[in-house]
Amino acid sequence: MKVLVPVKRVIDYNVKARVKADQSGVDLANVKMSMNPFDEIAVEEAVRLKEGKGHHAANTAEEIVAVSVGVTQAQETIRNALAIGADRGILVQSDTDLEPLAVAKVLKAVVDEEKPDLVLMGKQAIDGDNNAVGQMLAALLDWPQATFASKVEIKDGKAQVTREIDGGLQTIEVALPAVITVDLRLNTPRYASLPNIMKAKKKEIATKAVADYGTDTAPRLKVIKVTEPPKREAGEKVADAAELVAKLKSKGVI
Amino acid sequence: MAVLVIADHDGATVRDTTHKTVTAAAKIGGDIDILVVGEGAKGAADAAAKIKGVRKVLLAESAGLGKVLAEAVEATVLPLADGYDAILAPATTDGKNFAPRIAAKLDVAPISDIIEVVSPDTFVRPIYAGNALETVQSSDAKKVITVRPTGFDSAEEGGSAPVESVTGGDAPKTTFVSEEMVKSDRPELGAAKIVVSGGRALGSSEEFHAVMDPLADKLGAAVGASRAAVDAGYAPNDYQVGQTGKVVAPELYIAIGISGAIQHLAGMKDSKIIVAINKDPDAPIFQVADYGLVADYKIAVPELMAALG
Ligand SMILES: Cc1cc2nc3c(=O)[nH]c(=O)nc-3n(C[C@H](O)[C@H](O)[C@H](O)COP(=O)(O)OP(=O)(O)OC[C@H]3O[C@@H](n4cnc5c(N)ncnc54)[C@H](O)[C@@H]3O)c2cc1C
Ligand SMILES: Cc1cc2nc3c(=O)[nH]c(=O)nc-3n(C[C@H](O)[C@H](O)[C@H](O)COP(=O)(O)OP(=O)(O)OC[C@H]3O[C@@H](n4cnc5c(N)ncnc54)[C@H](O)[C@@H]3O)c2cc1C
Repeated sequence: MKVLVPVKRVIDYNVKARVKADQSGVDLANVKMSMNPFDEIAVEEAVRLKEGKGHHAANTAEEIVAVSVGVTQAQETIRNALAIGADRGILVQSDTDLEPLAVAKVLKAVVDEEKPDLVLMGKQAIDGDNNAVGQMLAALLDWPQATFASKVEIKDGKAQVTREIDGGLQTIEVALPAVITVDLRLNTPRYASLPNIMKAKKKEIATKAVADYGTDTAPRLKVIKVTEPPKREAGEKVADAAELVAKLKSKGVI
Repeated sequence: MAVLVIADHDGATVRDTTHKTVTAAAKIGGDIDILVVGEGAKGAADAAAKIKGVRKVLLAESAGLGKVLAEAVEATVLPLADGYDAILAPATTDGKNFAPRIAAKLDVAPISDIIEVVSPDTFVRPIYAGNALETVQSSDAKKVITVRPTGFDSAEEGGSAPVESVTGGDAPKTTFVSEEMVKSDRPELGAAKIVVSGGRALGSSEEFHAVMDPLADKLGAAVGASRAAVDAGYAPNDYQVGQTGKVVAPELYIAIGISGAIQHLAGMKDSKIIVAINKDPDAPIFQVADYGLVADYKIAVPELMAALG
């Protein structure tokens, strides 16, 4: 089985995003960037499918291809995926930010070329917070989708996926090829070891341009402004539970 | 103009998230229809018909539709899409699952998780874990939108719209296997007036339930948790509050043994009153708390129970 893992370069999850004074967006100058945490989980799962870790049979995945759509520096994100254990990478260069629909169209073109049996990806990028690309990619391909996965089992050309939904857990089975988007509790990604980081430097990354795929990536959305949310001020410290209850009663919330 | 709202429901009745989505639809303007997709969902359709301002309710029923598989919802909605300028769903896990799929089929850029309707084509949505608010204008003729329920008031009751049947679609490549739902008599996390949330400090599942459940019951509150508490298995996944879990905005949010990471704050900082109980006076949660109690929860929570009487 061949697995394609789309990975996105985003602001590091430890960094608090700051809005630019001119309201044109979020200031990303000199900000630490990392692989979207959900995508790390997706890469880890793909590698486990290859290694036969956990409940997976060995070689469930034979080849893992990491793909990123973005600026030149997204190469580092792909290298990171290669260090965790992906086999090769594809960078589809774009100097402008693409909307989820455009990213899904580019990824569809990559899927048409690479013909993976499974696309494993993050449920949500922690910058745009759209939670959309996986579902759209599945729709464009006419593939089934299994979103918010906390457990994945591959057998007999099918994927059995447990999904984290409001109210609990749902398990569904989808015929492959399919798109699976991963949630936080699917696994804990490993730290890439130094030897694997060295090995990753030798792995191949093909560079393409969005234009190579001839897809329509024209924006449909115009960002009018990006503003700061209303600030919450720190309130007061109370001495004990009795004072707390008195305050809450005076506010009428209990 | 006409707007289609895809209902969030349990078969017997519609959830309040649907009422809130109707309010967002009304702000966009035009006729509002509600689509109820399900299996044995007549009760929900009748309940939807009572929401004020609704023109008609469309009921798509068939075996399997009750599990809200994205492909089946897509196949149900696509034939109806021509009649609408906007398709809205609450930003629940179901809405988030099917809405982008429908959008892609219609070649539309979906707009996720809106908290405000500025005009029929312009919306505000949080990005970067709520650290920024983006105002976006859509140039698509048709809009596909998910609505963050905490951003809108509930539409009132008092309507009497007709209910019509429409054909349901299916999901040929997907099979439902099983479901494990958390049973609880407490209010739903997203709709509760009071939420008490526990963090990593609770240390075990037994301790989490021994501390949080009686407090929740005393206050008539829903129980939430931080990601750390859910990851460690102290609480079910459905309890997670935050950027990548549930977003809540109750009248009162009490965080117990939660440090206040950006990702957690993203899910609760619009609560009316925030209380934090944490033994570390420098915990970031105190920066957003209206009332902070620096204390060991093991002492503070029993005292709180006693003070509540
Ligand atoms: C006018 C305009 C201005 C913008 N301004 C900004 C800005 O200031 N800062 C900014 O960061 N973004 C900006 N964007 C980009 C946009 O907000 C989203 O980041 C982008 O459209 C993808 O959405 P998402 O990351 O939220 O997707 P999601 O649907 O949340 O992503 C889900 C998954 O899709 C995959 N994925 C998503 N994007 C890629 C990718 N590029 N390559 C590979 N895999 C991917 C990953 O597996 C990810 O986990 C702008 C877009 C527009 C149109
Ligand atoms: C991609 C991504 C998504 C995420 N999404 C979410 C999300 O949706 N929701 C979420 O919550 N987190 C999320 N996180 C995780 C987040 O970054 C934090 O790790 C998490 O919120 C920490 O949980 P906590 O506050 O319970 O634990 P900790 O940060 O460990 O805090 C425990 C707190 O308990 C206090 N404490 C300890 N003992 C006691 C005691 N006896 N009495 C009183 N106080 C005590 C400590 O002082 C400390 O402040 C996400 C992270 C990533 C990377």
